[in-house]
Amino acid sequence: MPKAAMQYALVDCNNFYVSCERLFAPDLEGRPVIVLSNNDGCVVSRSNEAKALGIRAGEPLFKIQKLVERHNVLVYSSNYTLYGDLSGRVMDVLSAKAEEVEVYSIDEAFLRLSPAVDGTRLGLHARQEVLEWTGIPISMGIAPTKTLSKIATQVAKKAAWTHGVFDYANHPDPDGLLGSIDVAEVWGVGVQYAKLLWKNRIFSARELRDACDKWVRKHMTITGLRTVHELRGIACIPLEPTRKARQGITSSRSFGEPIERLDDLKEAVATYMARAAEKLRREKERASVVTVFITTKHYGRGPHYSNSATLELGDATSHTPTLIRYALRGLASIYRPGYRYKKAGVMLRGLTMNGAVQASLFEAPDPSRHELMQVVDQLNARYGRNAVFFGAMGSSKKAKWHMQVSRRSKRYTTRWEELCHVKGK
Amino acid sequence: MDLILFLSSVHAGFPSPADDHVDTKIDLNEQLILRPSATFLLRVEGHSMEGAGIFDGDVLIVDRSLRPVDRSVVVVALDGEVVVRRLIIQRGRHLLYAEAEGYPAIDLAHVGDARVWGIARYCIHKL
Repeated sequence: MPKAAMQYALVDCNNFYVSCERLFAPDLEGRPVIVLSNNDGCVVSRSNEAKALGIRAGEPLFKIQKLVERHNVLVYSSNYTLYGDLSGRVMDVLSAKAEEVEVYSIDEAFLRLSPAVDGTRLGLHARQEVLEWTGIPISMGIAPTKTLSKIATQVAKKAAWTHGVFDYANHPDPDGLLGSIDVAEVWGVGVQYAKLLWKNRIFSARELRDACDKWVRKHMTITGLRTVHELRGIACIPLEPTRKARQGITSSRSFGEPIERLDDLKEAVATYMARAAEKLRREKERASVVTVFITTKHYGRGPHYSNSATLELGDATSHTPTLIRYALRGLASIYRPGYRYKKAGVMLRGLTMNGAVQASLFEAPDPSRHELMQVVDQLNARYGRNAVFFGAMGSSKKAKWHMQVSRRSKRYTTRWEELCHVKGK
Repeated sequence: MDLILFLSSVHAGFPSPADDHVDTKIDLNEQLILRPSATFLLRVEGHSMEGAGIFDGDVLIVDRSLRPVDRSVVVVALDGEVVVRRLIIQRGRHLLYAEAEGYPAIDLAHVGDARVWGIARYCIHKL
């Protein structure tokens, strides 16, 4: 078989959050484990044993309470500090294996491999090394396009004989494989297009691959056509360089319980903004656009309301008090009393690198502000988040809007006082 | 063409005598951590390794990328617990020794579930 001009791989960490928990708690091995979303709402990660019990992804905890009790399922709150750290380690190991890496999500990455290498061999080696070094098991699918590499990863996960790594080029019956895959599961198709495709009797990935270009172009735009070409093995969607200038920084959370008062919302928004600004400074960037949003539940009883406000700053800044001031101004303009708010957040956009700031004629940037922010970040890094905080964030740890993390494991890799204990006994 | 970066600002007069001795500060990570993505810190709990200079409350710098060899200080996931011991490989047998009185050696062949979690390379001990 002639070698394709391109080779892509999709790496997917198996049951990622559960795998992170197991690394520091070996007694979880072989037992059913689940990790819950923010506020301990729904199941977001399941061990194979939990899957075998019939626990589905996205299921709310209260619906499976009986199952959890009967089978002693171990339940964890999300520990994003830990997952983020381990994700970074996995990505580091992978970077050394590929010509280029695109971190696609916390537990997925696309790799561009040299067309000359044996994908399966490289994959098995990478898998072994990631497992040994970081403790995280991964699956890898290799193919001439990103879209096909997603499908190859599904094969790698399902078929035990692959040992977690599968090269699409080695499949004996690619037509049969694509024929067995629901078109809705193809990367980039989405629910809306899937409905349209079903209506037009295109049910499988294979039928989509063989669809008429003109029809696809007309109904699914150029983006849809790219997907179709990718299914044919023609690479159209390039890797996106990891360090590209980001669109923006978002910091938002669901509240522990709904809140109604403006003062409580203000504290929450100020806290999210402080977090976002810290991230901004870590990336050595400044923002010139601030968006704040608030929302009630989208369903259920009671009136529903969502709104957002976007404010443009005169000068790009990373100064937390300035950013908080804008966010609170935005919040005041969209707040309506009488609603039970479930979530709020802020977004920073219009990002520029430090040093590339266009200072306005009328307001000279003040270097002392920058220094103050550096001190705040250093103190918080050394003494724990919010050792130093801004008055607007409020000081009550018991505030209603704090996330519920009642079953969170320790932050083993980022806190001296939470290191994993090793027994000398 | 290569451009030369001057560390002190250019000015007429004498150059800074420090320019010839530019050095970065000592970085402990550089010396103690070979592979950051494979290195974890663990807190010691207990007294079984005192003979090896590892005391209760110390912090072990553990590298998962290294292969255990005879006499490695290993962190082992043993029956669901994380344990530190000295590995002795003797005629094909893998034994875990404590380094204090009163702790029996463990033969890895005789325990249900054991795997080497990582190799302890350094121990941080407060004097």
